[in-house]
Amino acid sequence: MADGVLRICSLYPDVMNIYADRGNLLVLERRAAWRDIEVQVTPAGFGDRIDPDAHDLFYLGGGQDRDQALCARDLVDTKRDALAAAAGRGALVLGICGGFQLLGHVYELGDEEIPGLGLVDLRTVRSDDDRLIGNVAIEVDLDGEGPRTLAGFENHGGRTHLGAGEQPLGRVLRGHGNDGRSGREGVRRDGVIGTYLHGPLLPKNTWFADWLIARATGLALSPLDDRMEAAAHASARRAAGV
Amino acid sequence: MIGPAIAAARAAGALSRRAGRGGTSLPGKVLLHLEPEAITTLAARLPRGTAAISATNGKTTTAAIVAAVLARSGGRVVHNVQGANMAGGVASALLDASHGRGIDGEFGLFEVDEFWLDSVAPQLRPRALLLGNLFRDQLDRYGELETIADRWATVLDHLSGTRLVLNADDPLVADLGVGRGGVLYFGVEDDTVALADLPHASDSKHCRRCGTPLTYDAVYVGHLGRWRCPRGDTHRPEPDVAATNIRLDGTRGARITLRTPAGEAEVALGLPGLYNVYNAVGAAALCLALGVELDDIVGGLEEVRAAFGRAETVTVDGHELAILLVKNPTGANEVLRTLALEPGEIDLLAVLNDNIADGRDVSWIWDADLELLAGGVRRVVCSGTRAPELALRLKYAGIAEDRIEVVDDLEAGLDAALDGAGERLYAMPTYTAMLALREILSKRGATSGMFT
Repeated sequence: MADGVLRICSLYPDVMNIYADRGNLLVLERRAAWRDIEVQVTPAGFGDRIDPDAHDLFYLGGGQDRDQALCARDLVDTKRDALAAAAGRGALVLGICGGFQLLGHVYELGDEEIPGLGLVDLRTVRSDDDRLIGNVAIEVDLDGEGPRTLAGFENHGGRTHLGAGEQPLGRVLRGHGNDGRSGREGVRRDGVIGTYLHGPLLPKNTWFADWLIARATGLALSPLDDRMEAAAHASARRAAGV
Repeated sequence: MIGPAIAAARAAGALSRRAGRGGTSLPGKVLLHLEPEAITTLAARLPRGTAAISATNGKTTTAAIVAAVLARSGGRVVHNVQGANMAGGVASALLDASHGRGIDGEFGLFEVDEFWLDSVAPQLRPRALLLGNLFRDQLDRYGELETIADRWATVLDHLSGTRLVLNADDPLVADLGVGRGGVLYFGVEDDTVALADLPHASDSKHCRRCGTPLTYDAVYVGHLGRWRCPRGDTHRPEPDVAATNIRLDGTRGARITLRTPAGEAEVALGLPGLYNVYNAVGAAALCLALGVELDDIVGGLEEVRAAFGRAETVTVDGHELAILLVKNPTGANEVLRTLALEPGEIDLLAVLNDNIADGRDVSWIWDADLELLAGGVRRVVCSGTRAPELALRLKYAGIAEDRIEVVDDLEAGLDAALDGAGERLYAMPTYTAMLALREILSKRGATSGMFT
């Protein structure tokens, strides 16, 4: 008998997976299973309707430009209301890289405007300047639990600007962040979380994977033997220079 | 007058070597700085012209096979043999062969980095150009596949008189031949070696024309296979040169039937894995495009052994060490598929570096199917600049923690891996790790195949 269940909806897993997004899902699955939490992963592709109450965590990764544009239209046409309802009841919606951009209102690519889900107040503009690429580390403080570090790799041509009432996920310690200037990285509004950090994110920061699992399931998690996880986190931080 | 530039570039190379820096491309870079047209000028001196090869995976091995074939028909080949494949590396190879106003060589054979093809190909004006495949690789450096395919299309628009040799099984590459004449297509035709599904790390899964997901009647490597657009916009071209009746023999070799317009032949390859079958059939097609006889092609294919760190086997401290370069998910998957064919549990040295030539972003290890090793590894030592992250990947792939050891330093890692290894040890290094490993091995006098 499982101690609980983690219900994940993986959005467009066959196209929005460019920066090894699979690793994020694998870490969630393994770390839940090691604690006898049952894991259900439901893929949702083009045209699929989703049930906002059937999942506790919605995952949206990054893709090639063309795939991202196709997904954006499908998200708006078939999934926006369900995702807004899920976010409204406090479910987690985690967007990484391209997925982060799609959480906002719009991604402006020259003459083209790619619509977003509008779950948070942000807009992204493709810059003609160099892509923002490199190892990155940010400091986050989730729900007053004290400052922790997330380390990863960023690679984005878009510059993301948060609206006045919106909070970033963290502040940049090393790297570029949302726009290369403001020192802000990602976005967080309750359960809606976006970030440019891939690498992938969760293998490099398993403490954050546990935070997501605990929040999604409402369970207090038992500790695991995390020596290798701690060493990997230290390695990613070293690469970023913190 | 290119003479003074050649002399200066040579002097720079000699200085660099004396300072203990390898740098096979440095003299070429100096030469191009002094004489930007040097590749055009020197390549034009080759009486039988040049051929060029580009791809994400398999450039070095394909070029080594072509070189082995051409060696049989006599005449010296100028070839950037160690995989230095940007403009500087190509210029260095030409520089090495040059003397006075001439060049010591009949023919030029160059592998070219996929991002450098648009600057190097117009200078080489090759008689034939082989484009092998495009896979997800070093996104921090190369960007997306579609971008590279677009750049390649522009290169082809500006080349005249070049015979194109394209992989029919890669939809992005095959599409480059649409509307162009005289293309020679190659591919694989044997469903016994097909995969059950498209692997996770497949990239080019949509029709380049209409964006509809492609239908695969067979998947061979990554997104290579017998593909078609379900709306009928495009489909895999019939390959002119194909490998059929494929029999893989673990990490040791493969046997194929080679079908060509010049007839069929049985070929025993000393190179392992389906990815090397692609390299062999591509090399055969390129040689046919250059007018080489089928007998010479078959002879060269059978003669060739592993190229520079690509399934190269050396002897060290009484162990056989097989070096299998990995640099991106699809390449790694093919190495892993080949390793999974080995009987019993293997001993492994896995090395992950994040230098510029490896890609600074090590995300790709989570796209590679390291799960293929679960249950097949007796012991694995992880080394390199990002060793702890590779070790974690192996843990999540299902390898027991007590079989995984982290030794960051490569030389110490090699010793740890050799200590207690069975007769055969496998090394799976990224590119700069492979170079460093070969240097350690040559310092130790380890005997090696063709490049020591």
